[in-house]
Amino acid sequence: METLKQMFKNNIREYGMVIALVSIVLFFEIVSKGVLLQPLNVTNLIQQNSYILILAIGMLLVIVAFQIDLSVGSTAAFVGAVSAILMIDHHIGVVPGILISLLIGGLAGAFQGYWVAYFKIPGFIVTLAGMLIFRGLTMTALEGQSKAPFPEVFQKMSNGFIPDILSGTSIHITTLVVGIILTLVYIFFELSHRKAKLEYNFEVIPVRFLAAKLVFVGVAINWFMYLLASYKGIPNVLILLFILIVFYTFITTKTVAGRHIYALGGNEKAAKLSGVKTERIVFWVFVNMGVLAALSGLVFAARLNAATPKAGTGFELDAIAACFIGGASTAGGIGVVMGAIIGGLVMGVMNNGMSLIGVTIDMQQTIKGLVLLLAVAFDIYTKSKQS
Amino acid sequence: MEDMILEMIDITKTFPGVKALNHVNLQVQKGEIHALVGENGARKSTLMKVLSGVYPHGTYTGEIHYKGKRCEFKNIKESEKLGIVIIHQELALIPYLSIEENIFLGNEQGKHGLIDWHATTMRTKKLLATVGLKELPSTLVTNIGVGKQQLVEIAKALSKEVELLILDEPTAALNEDDSDNLLKLLLEFKNQGISSIIISHKLNEISRIADSITVLRDGATIETLDVRNDHITEDRIIKGMVGRELTELYPKRDAAIGDIIFEVKNWNVYHHLHSGRKVIHNVNFHVKQGEVVGIAGLMGAGRTELAMSIFGRSYGQKISGNIYKNGLEVHLKNVSQAIEHGVAYVTEDRKQYGLILNNDIKRNITLANLKNIAKHSVIDDNKEILVAEKSRQQMNIKCSSVLQNTVNLSGGNQQKVVLSKWIFTEPDILILDEPTRGIDVGAKFEIYSIINKLAKDGKGIVLISSELPEILGMCDRIYVMSEGSITGELAGAEASQERIMKYVMSK
Repeated sequence: METLKQMFKNNIREYGMVIALVSIVLFFEIVSKGVLLQPLNVTNLIQQNSYILILAIGMLLVIVAFQIDLSVGSTAAFVGAVSAILMIDHHIGVVPGILISLLIGGLAGAFQGYWVAYFKIPGFIVTLAGMLIFRGLTMTALEGQSKAPFPEVFQKMSNGFIPDILSGTSIHITTLVVGIILTLVYIFFELSHRKAKLEYNFEVIPVRFLAAKLVFVGVAINWFMYLLASYKGIPNVLILLFILIVFYTFITTKTVAGRHIYALGGNEKAAKLSGVKTERIVFWVFVNMGVLAALSGLVFAARLNAATPKAGTGFELDAIAACFIGGASTAGGIGVVMGAIIGGLVMGVMNNGMSLIGVTIDMQQTIKGLVLLLAVAFDIYTKSKQS
Repeated sequence: MEDMILEMIDITKTFPGVKALNHVNLQVQKGEIHALVGENGARKSTLMKVLSGVYPHGTYTGEIHYKGKRCEFKNIKESEKLGIVIIHQELALIPYLSIEENIFLGNEQGKHGLIDWHATTMRTKKLLATVGLKELPSTLVTNIGVGKQQLVEIAKALSKEVELLILDEPTAALNEDDSDNLLKLLLEFKNQGISSIIISHKLNEISRIADSITVLRDGATIETLDVRNDHITEDRIIKGMVGRELTELYPKRDAAIGDIIFEVKNWNVYHHLHSGRKVIHNVNFHVKQGEVVGIAGLMGAGRTELAMSIFGRSYGQKISGNIYKNGLEVHLKNVSQAIEHGVAYVTEDRKQYGLILNNDIKRNITLANLKNIAKHSVIDDNKEILVAEKSRQQMNIKCSSVLQNTVNLSGGNQQKVVLSKWIFTEPDILILDEPTRGIDVGAKFEIYSIINKLAKDGKGIVLISSELPEILGMCDRIYVMSEGSITGELAGAEASQERIMKYVMSK
């Protein structure tokens, strides 16, 4: 029981975030009279926010490494423009088009990472420059015009759904099956994790708490899948997001490289004196951000079915806000991928919910700003209480 | 006593858990140069902070009488108003402001928030002439050398109509000529009736200019020597400074010393920013298996710079020299290579350079050797906990669990975490930089026991310490460093505090 209390205390920020998200969802569900959680709206929510969530994952690594990247919106727009030129003007295939685009994003990240890591120019300055540079290049490449339409396969990336191989009529059966499989995989991981802990004689949470947790998560997964199945099934972009979240959670929590990012952000000098190659880590964090910004740009272009000069404007601020709302520390070294995702969803649900109940777009900005301020204030307050 | 400008009577100052000043008395006569000497940690600076009001009245006990009146300073402004001005060891000038702006910073010439530049420049010119500095008032402070910056500080003090000038290690960063000028200036002030208190480690300078000397040791006044009437030798001063008995306990160890396992030859290092300034001059030293080698010296003697430059070139530039391990030359170009070659360096400042404070104990312990608990770069969390648990038990780290953040640990336990980290890299050579600084006596003993055990396991230990009793109590052999050079080498048995201090002062 004591350890349970301790666990909750240590993770109050993470639990707090989930509770906040659930409360916000419930609030808007009630005031929108049930529109928020209608299958169509849930699907929209995912598709509308996917590109910000992709950016937030990359931004989380940047922020944990005690840097900032203001250029991601411009990079996303630039890559969207390049992909349009490749696929629309030059009729290059979708797959090579995507690969070249991601490579360009990586190069843009490498360009900025080089100045930050090896020239020791603050990331704020370098990426502020990058923001202007890539926006300008986008305008130039598109000559101020929008480019459309993209090939249909490419659009499917953002707007399509997984096929229903089990051919349900009123409901998307494959989606339900995926939900069940996911639940089983989740239970398997939890149990094998517990088994390993027991083998090492470590403390584990009591069986009844574990059972309650499994039931809760299982119900949540399957209910969510049911919602999606009632419309058109799982959006393709959700699969992409899922893969990214799993992959980056693994990188940040399980690998040496991930550990080095946290150490570097927590105390650069100490990390360096412990053999962490700090410059190299910073460089690759920016390269990674560039690739994800490119991916985000592609998803956005595919959703809009056009590359526009103004695409991605303000994305960087949404991504940064998502990380901080999700518990990343402004001093570096603290933050988790899932937190950034939840932070992004908090903002996404608020945007969507406020639109549903008729709050004007101007007021929405103000409210979002206040939420960001309060979230970080809460964070700093709990930290000062702990120490 | 009419000719006393300052009397500090029975000053006692405690920090949480430590009695810093213990019934200290200090008397300074009008128009004299009074030297305050003592080892590092003798609390000389603390005493001066009490005097100037950095520690306000009420946080200490005892009385301060200045010019015959009892004073209770609440802050520096109040003491400055009466003409007590302190110049700190680290200069407090703003580099990108001009000389005149610096001199009148916080004391701007003018009215209603507007600066009278004419008056500022005129007064600055006069002040600069007094201290003998030939620079334009509009020159930026960053563009003049340290010696001249020191003069600007003094001019700043003069602008406040100083009557008692306190200089904390004024010549520590100066070369011979600049030091000489500064000392002459102090003598000049003395003729004008300005009294000064000078804190210095350079005994030759003190015997040259001081009229009287007060010796502090462990926060207590030992004696005041009158240089005008008696001839006081440097040996006499040193005896007063170090004449303490070993009160702390050092665990016994049977040294089983083997062959040389680590050797540094002709090591030269230049300052990391100023490529013209050499900080390490041709240093040679070696460590044998199972041996604890001490490096003694004052702060700023270059010991940390030496250690860090060896440890994967973490400090300095234009590094030259050779490192041999077990007789073979090795190249330690970065920290990972140093770790691979079995060299570990426990940093002096554990909060800034040793720990990731917002990470838990286990992550700190494994950071320098993650590959030991990882397979194909994937970390085995359970193995990591086991490793941390083992360290916790062996090192007796007091914590609720290894998942506790290191920021909440006491200094001694933090140091044990840092030691655990480096022991986990399985080093052959451990360089420990002030491993017991800021740690209470009990934890010190534990750290000493750990050091002894490491030596017994056949590792070579380099112990950098400013505390002479610690060096004498722990080391089989002692090098003494001064101003970037090794000035002496002593066997543990023949070493004494006096002999070490002689080498320390020999430059």
